[in-house]
Amino acid sequence: MRSVTVVAAAAIVAMLAAIPLFDSPYLTTHFTRILIYMIFAMSLDLLVGYCGLVSLGHAAFFGIAAYTTAVLSAKAGMANILIGLPLSMLAAAIGALIIGLLTLRTAGIYFIMATLAFAQMLHFLVNDSDFFGGSDGILLLTGFRATIGNIVLLDLGNAATRFYIVLVATVATFVGLALVARSPFGRILQGIKSNEQRMRALGYPVARYKLACFVIGGTLAGLAGHLYVTLTSLADPSILDWLHSAQVLMMVIIGGLGTLIGPAVGAFLLIELIDQSAELTEHWKLIVGVVVISVTLFARGGLVGLALALRTRMFGLRASA
Amino acid sequence: MNDKRVLMETQALSKNFGSLAAVKDVSIQVFEGEIHAIIGPNGAGKTTFLNLLSGELPASNGVLHFDGRDVTGWSPDRLARAGMGRSFQHSSVFEDLSVRENVRLGAQTQFPKSFGLFRPAERYADVGARVAAVFGEVTLDSSVAARAGEISHGEQRQLEIAMLLAISPKLMLLDEPTSGMSRNETLELIGILRRISTKHTLVLVEHDMDVVFQLADRITVLVNGSVLASGPPASVRADSAVRTAYLGTE
Amino acid sequence: MQLSTFLIQLLNSLQYGMLLFLIASGLTLTFGVMGIINLAHGAFFMIGAYLAFQFTRFWGWPLPAAYAGAVLAVVVLGACVERTVLAPLANRDHLDQVLVTYGLILIFDELAVIGWGKDVQPAEIPALLRGSIHLTDMVVYPVYRLVLAGVGLLCAVGLYLVVAKTRLGMIVRAGSFDRSMVRALGIDVAPIFSLVFGLGAALAALAGVLAAPILSVSPGMGDKIIIIAFVVVVIGGIGSIKGAFVGALLVGLFDSFGKILFPTVSSLIIYALMAAVLVWRPRGLFGKTA
Repeated sequence: MRSVTVVAAAAIVAMLAAIPLFDSPYLTTHFTRILIYMIFAMSLDLLVGYCGLVSLGHAAFFGIAAYTTAVLSAKAGMANILIGLPLSMLAAAIGALIIGLLTLRTAGIYFIMATLAFAQMLHFLVNDSDFFGGSDGILLLTGFRATIGNIVLLDLGNAATRFYIVLVATVATFVGLALVARSPFGRILQGIKSNEQRMRALGYPVARYKLACFVIGGTLAGLAGHLYVTLTSLADPSILDWLHSAQVLMMVIIGGLGTLIGPAVGAFLLIELIDQSAELTEHWKLIVGVVVISVTLFARGGLVGLALALRTRMFGLRASA
Repeated sequence: MNDKRVLMETQALSKNFGSLAAVKDVSIQVFEGEIHAIIGPNGAGKTTFLNLLSGELPASNGVLHFDGRDVTGWSPDRLARAGMGRSFQHSSVFEDLSVRENVRLGAQTQFPKSFGLFRPAERYADVGARVAAVFGEVTLDSSVAARAGEISHGEQRQLEIAMLLAISPKLMLLDEPTSGMSRNETLELIGILRRISTKHTLVLVEHDMDVVFQLADRITVLVNGSVLASGPPASVRADSAVRTAYLGTE
Repeated sequence: MQLSTFLIQLLNSLQYGMLLFLIASGLTLTFGVMGIINLAHGAFFMIGAYLAFQFTRFWGWPLPAAYAGAVLAVVVLGACVERTVLAPLANRDHLDQVLVTYGLILIFDELAVIGWGKDVQPAEIPALLRGSIHLTDMVVYPVYRLVLAGVGLLCAVGLYLVVAKTRLGMIVRAGSFDRSMVRALGIDVAPIFSLVFGLGAALAALAGVLAAPILSVSPGMGDKIIIIAFVVVVIGGIGSIKGAFVGALLVGLFDSFGKILFPTVSSLIIYALMAAVLVWRPRGLFGKTA
């Protein structure tokens, strides 16, 4: 990883860490949400940006984890994130394994549609079922804590505590994915994205790697989903809707595909864009729609791509891999 | 007559696309260590045949044996792992990755323990050593940071050979390796192929007759998907059917 | 199940299936011939419905004029969109197409809200076609739904004739199979693309116009139905009109009978159907296999 990226990432983390110090519950909660979407967007970048798997159903794993958390809390009184978090990530991983096995048999648009369809299946499953709270979803009345035995280590009812937990999770996700990207495994994913036929001709069992990538990405989306419920205390069918999957895909492209830090920044940008546009006009969807189209058509490398192009212009350096 | 082992053999291998028979009942043998050329007019089914051998296309009929095993119906990656390497008519390289990374991905396959999740790929010394060795055998320069999509056509052809060297297959299937190359590049490649052939078996599809007669130990002539003749260059040259159908009409 | 119930569900399947076919045919043609995934295809459906509603309810146009006007307007809109935003997408990868057409969905949905508000607009069945008729002693079925099914079938036959018997259809079939080859043969594809796209938009608008009284008119109606249309296309095989027809009927059948036989999971059933088809045929029932 270039030292510029490391410095930039460290600076961003430092700035973020200062947010609870402003003692504004709104600000802290707002940025907690942004961090959660950073995890969600980075997890999708592994699939789309590194391996070339365009999934329109990534919200499925976010939703599986969210609903697992909500159900465990509402029906079994499970409020301990030390147990709830691993369990919901495991549920997301299993979901990703099953859906991956079924969808990765297909390619191209069939794959896009298959992933979308499975997420829609889950959407209707929870929407039409009383157990999952129907169209209203599951609203939680108790908060979340980290407890070992009787000792409460952390109380997520406290906005600052919650923020720092999520910040740690976000940084850990970023570092973990960055390591994976540079690892032999990550290089294989990039090879698959670049030329799948050639990877096969070299002897790589491509299907296995795609599945592994899909499951890792799905598990991390589950991490985001679990944290989301600890923040909002609500799991409702809209988080499984294909429009939600499309939204996180937009975050990836706006930030810059395949750069990890790009999608994280993209999450921030899109959420801010939506929030600011919504304050400007109730028809904010128009603004977001125009932005997405423009970025895709004219600035496909996203923000990171623009930044790199700017750097090349300014310093005359050749932008190399 | 040679007592060399048969490395690869097809029996009545056929491929139909609907009612079009692209490859008809092809039975040939490839001996270990030889350079075997497949020639024929355009549309003779040579590339289709190669695709059948490397698993890119499933055969409609017939049997494929490789290295003593029946490998009919095996997928391309399984065949590659069993020791078959392939270059394509239109260079199939990783265009957005660097030249070095192209070869490194090939080299990595030889070191299964290197498929780690957290250590940087560059730190695996054995893979790096192999990459260096491969670049020693071709004239391509690994230090140039160019992406494979940006280098010249001839260099891309060389890169494909380099990737094959990296995976060191027992059998190399090369589809028109010299196509689009200049005279000099072709001579260079012939030299490289001759060197490679001391340790690998080569099957070449070629149009350039000079290349064929300089390199080939045995030649198979395909016309309209069927084998017209198969044997040492001298006997193929003398075969009257071949002369009429192919060489004679030039 | 009683015979009368069975017959009614069969007719429901046919009617819903034909509606889906009208939308799915345009979708599959756009992708098969032009190579573009158009998520915003549902917008034509929605705008067709809204315009027909506008023309009849607020401007008092006679029905035929309103319907024709709505379809025509959507075709013009489609042509504009195709020339400006979609044509550059033809050479881009699927991700770009998904994102741009998703952006279009956002824009169109919001334009509908600006034009008519967020509420569901009730559209009425035209006076001429109200009521039901007796098909048998026991079976009574709404006339309007029969008409819808009939129109859909007519369009299906018409499309089949065009694709199978005309020169344009031949180019469409060839283009579906190998797009670059058609270009290489020197056939100017741009006007053909526009024609195909316009035809698809027209059919979707027609579906919207016809479906309005049954489904009611709201800004999200395009989003909901486009997913089902995509399911139809994937089941049938991309680029295949025959596939769209068979897929649409299958989806109609599973949906209608599913609602009766398995009401708790009825919404899931068509997705399960798609999953099953993909496991058996990863490229749909009639999609090209190579």
